[in-house]
This record gives sequence, C-alpha cells and structure tokens, in this order.
Amino acid sequence: MSRFVTKEQAAQTPAVRVAGVDKAFGKRAKAVSALTGIDLEIGAGEFVALIGPSGCGKSTLMRLIADLDQPTAGTVEVYGKPARQARLDQEYGIAFQQAGLLPWRTVVQNIALPLEIHGVSYAERAERAEALATLVGLSDFRDRYPDQLSGGMQQRVAIARALAERPRLLLMDEPFGALDEMTRERMQTELARIAVESRAAVVFVTHSIPEAVFLSDRVVVMSPRPGRITHIVDVPLGTARPELLRESPEFFAKVTEVREALHGAPVERAPER
Amino acid sequence: MNVGLERTMRIVAPIVAGALLLALWYVLVDVAKILPPSVPSPNAIITQFTDNFGIILNATRITAGNAALGLLIGAIIAIVLAALAALIRPLDGMAAPVVAAIAVVPIVALTPIFNTMFGASAQTGRVLIAAIASFVPVYINVLRGLRQARPVQRDLFLAYAATKPQTFRRLTLPMALPFLITGIRIASSLAVISALVAEYFGGPADGLGTAIASYAKSGKSALAWAFVFASIIVGLVFFLVTLLLERIVRRYRSEH
Amino acid sequence: MRRALPWVYGIIGIALGIVLWELYKLLGPTDGVVIGAVEGERNSGLRILPRTTDRAMPHVWTMFERLFGPTSGGDTAPLWQAVAAASITTLGIAAAGFAIGVAVGIVLAVIMQRWRVAEWGILPWVIVSQTVPLIAFAPVVNSIGIQIDRSGTPWPQWLSVALVASYLAFFPVAIGALKGLGSPDRAHAELMRTYAAGYWTTLRKLRFPAAVPYLLPAIRLAAANAVIGAVVAEVSIGMPGGIGRMIIQLGGQGSSDPAIPWGPIVGAVGLGLVAAGAVAFFGWTMRNYRRGEATA
Repeated sequence: MSRFVTKEQAAQTPAVRVAGVDKAFGKRAKAVSALTGIDLEIGAGEFVALIGPSGCGKSTLMRLIADLDQPTAGTVEVYGKPARQARLDQEYGIAFQQAGLLPWRTVVQNIALPLEIHGVSYAERAERAEALATLVGLSDFRDRYPDQLSGGMQQRVAIARALAERPRLLLMDEPFGALDEMTRERMQTELARIAVESRAAVVFVTHSIPEAVFLSDRVVVMSPRPGRITHIVDVPLGTARPELLRESPEFFAKVTEVREALHGAPVERAPER
Repeated sequence: MNVGLERTMRIVAPIVAGALLLALWYVLVDVAKILPPSVPSPNAIITQFTDNFGIILNATRITAGNAALGLLIGAIIAIVLAALAALIRPLDGMAAPVVAAIAVVPIVALTPIFNTMFGASAQTGRVLIAAIASFVPVYINVLRGLRQARPVQRDLFLAYAATKPQTFRRLTLPMALPFLITGIRIASSLAVISALVAEYFGGPADGLGTAIASYAKSGKSALAWAFVFASIIVGLVFFLVTLLLERIVRRYRSEH
Repeated sequence: MRRALPWVYGIIGIALGIVLWELYKLLGPTDGVVIGAVEGERNSGLRILPRTTDRAMPHVWTMFERLFGPTSGGDTAPLWQAVAAASITTLGIAAAGFAIGVAVGIVLAVIMQRWRVAEWGILPWVIVSQTVPLIAFAPVVNSIGIQIDRSGTPWPQWLSVALVASYLAFFPVAIGALKGLGSPDRAHAELMRTYAAGYWTTLRKLRFPAAVPYLLPAIRLAAANAVIGAVVAEVSIGMPGGIGRMIIQLGGQGSSDPAIPWGPIVGAVGLGLVAAGAVAFFGWTMRNYRRGEATA
C-alpha cells in the first residue's frame, strides 16, 4: 500500500496497470521471450522497485510502460490511458542510467529541455528550472556544462529534468548504477525526499537489494528465462526514509526477505549464481 | 525493415536513382530540347567516346600517369615527414601550420610557376601539383595513425622490456597502417583532380584536361564530354583500387 | 605565450622555406637536373630539379619588390593593389559559392538522414559526383547562365562561377552533416521520444547541435574547396577581374618578367588563409557545441 493512500485515493486510477503482458524479440522460432504473463498494478504515489538478475526483463518492462517499446501481447496503461497516449500526454518523467544530458546545454538549460519542447514560456521555464536546480541542490552550478560535473551531479540534473513537468509518474532505469557506493547512498536519500515532496508514483529499476528496500513501498522480484514476476515484497518501513534506516533491524530483515525471494530459497548455503 | 529487404534496397535504390537521373537527362536534351547545345545528349557522348577511343586513351594515359606518379611521390614524402614529425616534437610544431596552410590554399595556382621552373614541355609541373595535393591527407592521417597507440598499451610494451624497434613493429606500425591507407584513399581522388585541373593552367598540349578545355571552347561539346566520361572513369578506378586496398588491410589486421 | 607558439612555428617554417629556396639557387646546378636526356635532342628528358637562373627562380626579395612595381608598366597601379582587388573579387564569389554549397549540403544531409532509402539512393551518386571534374561543368553552367540572362532574368557571370564553386563545397558538408545528424546515441534519441518530440523538433534540439563537431571540419574543407573552385572556374569560364584570370595572364608573362607570376600567388594564398581564418572564428563561436559528455 502506498504511503499516501487514503480510502479515496485507493479508489483512484492506478498509476500503472500492466495486464497479461508478453514481450518477445525476434521472429517465430528464434524468438527470445523477454517477458511472460506480467500482471502488475502500481497505485498513485506508490514507490515500486523492479529487481532481478540480468535478463529478467525489468528494464524491458519499464520501457513498455514508457512506450519506448510495445508488448507482443497484453496491455499497458498509465493513469487509465494506453501507454502511447500517456507518452504523448507527457504523463511521466524518465531518467536513464546514463544521465543523457545534452553536452552543449548548461544545467538549467538541460533541466528546461522538456519545457522548451512543449512550448512553455521563457520566464516560466527559467523559474521552474531554477526551482528544480535548487531542489536537487545544484543551484550553485546552474551555468555549468555536463563535462564540468561529476557523475552524481549529472544524475541529479537528470532527475531534476525528469521532474520538470511535474509528472505523476517517474520512471527510472538504474539511475545510480554508474555511481560509487557513497554517492549512491546520498542520492538514494535525496530521491526518497524528492519522491515524498512531489507525490509522484515511481517505478525504479535496480540491481541493488539495499537500494530497492531503502526506497520502495513494494519490491517486485523478477527472474529470467522467461522474464516473469516471482515475488512481490511489501516494505512498510514508513513514509520518511532517513539515513539511519539503513542500520535498523527491520531494514535488514526486509533486505534478507528480498534476497531470499531472489534466490528462491533461504540463504544457508552460498548462492548458486 | 527486415534484413533481406534492406540488403536489396541498398543496391536497388541507387540504381533507381541513377536511372531516374539518366532518364531526366534524356528527356531534357532529346525530347524537350530545353538545354543549350553545350549540353549534349547521352547518345552523342557515347558515340563520340567509341569513335575517338584511341585519342581518349592516349590522353588518359598522360593524366592518369601524372596523377599516379604524383600520388606516389606525395605519399612517400608524407610518410617520411610524418614519421619524423612523430618523433621530433619541434618538427611537428613547425610543419603543422605549413601543412594547414597548404590545405586551404589553391595549389593549382602554382602551375604556371612550376611550368616556368621546370620547362613548359614537361609533365613535371603537373606531377608536382598532384604530389603536393596528395601529400596533405597522407601526412595528416599518418601522423594521426602514428599517435594512435594509447599510453596503456605503450606501458604494456615497456613492462615487457620491448626494444624501440620491437615496439614500432608490433604496436605503432599496425595501429598506423589503416590510417595510412585511408589517407591514400583520400589522396587518390585529389591526385586525379589536381592533375586534371593543373592541365588547365598551362604546360604541354596533352592530357584529358586540355582536351576537355579545347573541345568545349570550340563547341564540340559531345566530344568534350566523352573526355569527361574518361576522367570520371579514371577517378573511379583510383578510388576503387584504394578502397580495395583499404579492405585488404582491414581484413589482414583482423586476422592478426 | 603558449597560444603564440603555432604562429611562431609557422613563421619559422616559412623562413626555412625561403632559406631552402635561396640555398638551392646558390648551390644548385644552373641548368637544374635533367634525367633521361638524349644527346643533341632539345627538350628531351625530364627536368626534375629546376634551373637556378634568375629567370626560372627569382630571388625571394625580387618577388617582394615586384609587388610594389607597376602592374603593366608605366603609370599603372602597383601590382599589390591589382592583386588585392582581384583577390577580394574572388573571395566574394567563393563566399557566395560556399554559402550555396553549405545550404545544399545540409538540405541533402537532412533528407538522407530522415529517410534511409534516400540515403541509399542518393549517397553513392553524391560520392560519384565528385569524380566529375568541375572544369567539365563550368562551361555548361556558363552557357546555361547566358541563356537565362538573354531570356530576361539577369544572370551575372560571377553567379556561374559561384555555382561551380558550390559544387565542390557541398560534398564535404553533405557527408559531414549526414554523419553528424546521425551521431546522437540511442539514449538521447529515446529521451526525445519520451518527450513526444516530432522529427523536426528533434532535429532542431538534438541532431543539429550534435552535428556541430562533425560539421566544423567539413565546413573547413568546404571553404577551401570553394576557394579552389572559384579560382579554377574563373579560368574555365574566362571571367575577368578575378585572381584566377590574373594567375594565367601573369603566369604567361613569366619569361619576360620572372617575378610577376608570384604576385597573384600571394593573393591566392591570402585568399585561402582568410577563408580558413573565417571558419576558425566560426568554430570558436560554436565552441559550446563541441563539449563532450564525459564527467569532470
């Protein structure tokens, strides 16, 4: 259950509904099944992590939600609309593993990119970009170029950009994957705060179990060959996610639960992967 | 688009485009008769080409010969100089602006002077122009190629206590080779065009360029274009030969 | 101080060239070196090193002095003035040809990037087009131009020269722009898809800026080519007033006035350098578009 949800909100349209989705690449006999029989509902304001080993289809699933790819069977709906319509209506903001900043634009220009494309006035753009830069703690760097920023800072710009149009849904594909561990933990705390403030639903793809548990309300565990959802782990650790949470026994218990779900058995012996 | 369709389209598309252009040319000249007499019909050109094949071949020999000789001389000097420049930093510093200047300056302007210096009855002037034109791309590319070995690779060779000649033979040279060949490929077209254009600026009354110029001036446009056709073929042959060389070198590299 | 280094090196290089020239004049054989000469046969053999006489190889300072002498004897303006005037004329025409060539090249590149079929169909012909020597086209363009001019629409001769120059200039731009427009990686292109940005928006906001690092060397080449094209086309069409015509005219006078052919050479060299300088300046203004994405 999402941390914000009231009875009224529970009756709201889910942020994401995936029903009976299959995704195969290639033709007929040589087809590789990336996803089979995916059913998933994500509520408004809910933070959901997708986790699993390589090839389990978590990134593919996120791309289907983003309408960067289409399912071979089943439907994907975002806030009640088909994924394609949701994309055209700009219902989500997205952040990839590579920050994907345009190298010739400054920080604020990068943040303002979606606003520019959608014809927002100059004054409004400037204001919003400033506010977002401050939100992610980069207002001192507003006029720097990407090659003058560290990896963590670039990712923060990417997140700010994803929030530019105040989307109700955030899609993030391993955004902290290329960062070192210390920066990663800092960014997780930032993101948890931002998610609370913006009240957006978040779909977060990751490899890291502690990261998934720290950030989400629910962890969706997937496994490959064929790609499918095997477990969904509830993480009722509260709305606020302070740094100290990482050292609490409840946190460790949940991490263990997710790890066991990933390995398919309690961890008493060394994993076979 | 699936792979099979793409492969066919890649070959069909240019053929269709070319056929369309040819058809358009036919229509404009033979049917609609819009273009002036200096634009001959494809028919007339082919006739002239076959009728005068002998003199066309002679002219081709001269121009192609100049281009090839110029290419050879320019490439050799470029390789030697680039090797020296890669070794001796100050030399590179001095050569760089001069080479950059040569690249932007119309070298063919020197033809009349070369003809005065070397005699107006010799092909030397034209060969020199082709050589200078070929020199620039080969020099730039070989220099870049000799610098390709990255520090981590050089460190590896140091760790193996390899001697300088060994490092050169097993690291620097193989990495530089593709760049050399690319430079030669670029230089080949330049050599042909330069040799041809140089004929415009004086010298003996032979070669494809002088033929094109004099027949165009005297109104025999179909004959002039027959010579143009020959020069296109020369250019293509040079290009394809060097392209083939490039492919061979690339395959040789990947096998080793 | 560091910045001046290439200039210093350049000057040293030129000075070295001058020294070599004079040294050869001093030490080289008077009649140059001829290979394969046959006894008694005049003009046989191939001269591979030039004669060192003042007629064949004037002293460098003679060349310099000549620039200040009269253009064609008597009261005519000093040579350097005539050279400067002709150079500026040709520069203007080359600039026009450059502009046309760049425009056509970019339009072609956009078409080829947008539709792959267009790329497959057009690109091979674009490459082949460069094997056709422009001296073949120049008279054709000129006569078509004359026809158009006679039928009412004014068509000055320099326009024909500019068109021929543009023919040489469009090729590197088309190739470079095509490469550049297709250079953004998948992540960036997909980002644009998530913004539901259409092709033209993506072109403006992503592909064109990403193409700048590829366009700049192409434009450099196009500028140089436009200059060469203009000079050669002038000779081919026989247009008066440009540096091309002057090179031929004064080149022919070399036997009686050895230093005079070097005058227009200075003009031509200056032309090329000005063109290169203009492109370099443009590249400097575009420097923000040449930044990479790598982290600090």
